[in-house]
Amino acid sequence: MFETAMTAKDFWMLVQGAGMTLLVTAISVAIGTVVGVICGIFRFQAGPWWAIPVTFVLDVCRSVPLLIQLSLAFAFVTAVLKLRISGFSVACGVLSLYTAAYCSEIVRGALESVPPNTRRAGRSLGMTWLQDMRYIALPLASRVALPSWIGLSLGVMKDSALIYVVNVSELMKSTKDLITRLQEPLFLLLLCGVFYFVISFPVARFGSYLEKRWSND
Amino acid sequence: MFNYSFRWNQAFQSLPDMLQGALVTLEVAVLSMILGILFAILLTSFRLSGNRVLRGITTTWVEVARNTPALFQIYMAFFGLAGLGIAITGWTQPHLGFAVDLRLSPYVALLAGITFNNAGYLHENFRGALKAIPDTQTRSARSLGMSAPQAFGYVVMPQMLRISFLPMTNQFVWAILMTSLGAVISMNSDLFGVTDNLVKINFRTFEMFAIAAVIFYVMTKIVTLSARLIAARLFRY
Repeated sequence: MFETAMTAKDFWMLVQGAGMTLLVTAISVAIGTVVGVICGIFRFQAGPWWAIPVTFVLDVCRSVPLLIQLSLAFAFVTAVLKLRISGFSVACGVLSLYTAAYCSEIVRGALESVPPNTRRAGRSLGMTWLQDMRYIALPLASRVALPSWIGLSLGVMKDSALIYVVNVSELMKSTKDLITRLQEPLFLLLLCGVFYFVISFPVARFGSYLEKRWSND
Repeated sequence: MFNYSFRWNQAFQSLPDMLQGALVTLEVAVLSMILGILFAILLTSFRLSGNRVLRGITTTWVEVARNTPALFQIYMAFFGLAGLGIAITGWTQPHLGFAVDLRLSPYVALLAGITFNNAGYLHENFRGALKAIPDTQTRSARSLGMSAPQAFGYVVMPQMLRISFLPMTNQFVWAILMTSLGAVISMNSDLFGVTDNLVKINFRTFEMFAIAAVIFYVMTKIVTLSARLIAARLFRY
């Protein structure tokens, strides 16, 4: 098993794949969080009836497999709209929306966990809605939301393994290509798995530590 | 820009095949869920057993399942185990005179991969649920003369399953969505596989995937709604 035909060049290909995985994750988590926070505040503030259109779209993003979302989006952009957009952009777009769907759920739940009396006290002290949101609700909510958000970001990193369908060479696709060439599935897969594990495990542990530390009881 | 001609008719012709695929998807999801729950209970009992080796097995399983992509786990079940299988084939061939192909069929590999993933996540759900059940429950059951397995089986486990019912529904939805990953190990009988294969024949990529998306959406909605009904019926008290 330790006599591998893998060269330094092949290893470099894996490293590039890993870099692509991290890049796509960073972009989609950044965009998705911004959109998700806005949608979450809107859904919380507007109430269930007015928020139905937003909720429905985000719900679809959570109930349809990512693989199908990606294929569908890619087919729509390239075949229907006939735009020349790279698979990378499509992947970032779809993953951002996917992140936003989960993030809005987290933000809404966290805002609901802020006691209404605290906010009312703020408002009765003469704070505007924006001030109340900025200085009272969001700081309190972020305590509840951050551990779940960390989990979500890791989830997006793991789910970004699917963007091979739109021809982005991230870690999983590079591994698969190398397996086809070198015929050493076990070794290469272990290498790939170790990479994901090494990134995901410490961050997940940190998340659960925060959750324990910051829980209200 | 919009000169794409939609041909929904052509796509709808393959609807029966896709619904057949949806059944396979549901079948895999249900099986992986049942097996996943069993494995999760087994892992929970391993963790509680106090034996270091058994606890190590649980920790390894759960952390690997939760910290690597599901796609990787399915790959591993298919190619990784086949990698071992090839080694064993090479070893047995000269002695036995025939090749033993230990590669799992795509169906079994997909099922194994999803089950592995399910068990890891469900174990965490069960762990959270067990924390919510006070110790006094076990103690009073024991003091009523129940043996330890009885106390666990009749008193603790029903409460545990009840508390973790909603997370379990979520995991079931996840399992349905995960079956689409079978495409990477040339599984072609589930909904995604069927759709993918038909797309290669009729090239109605957008229409076909749109229909598949609707089917998936309806399936997950049916599952969540019926789970809510079942929960209302089961947990009335």
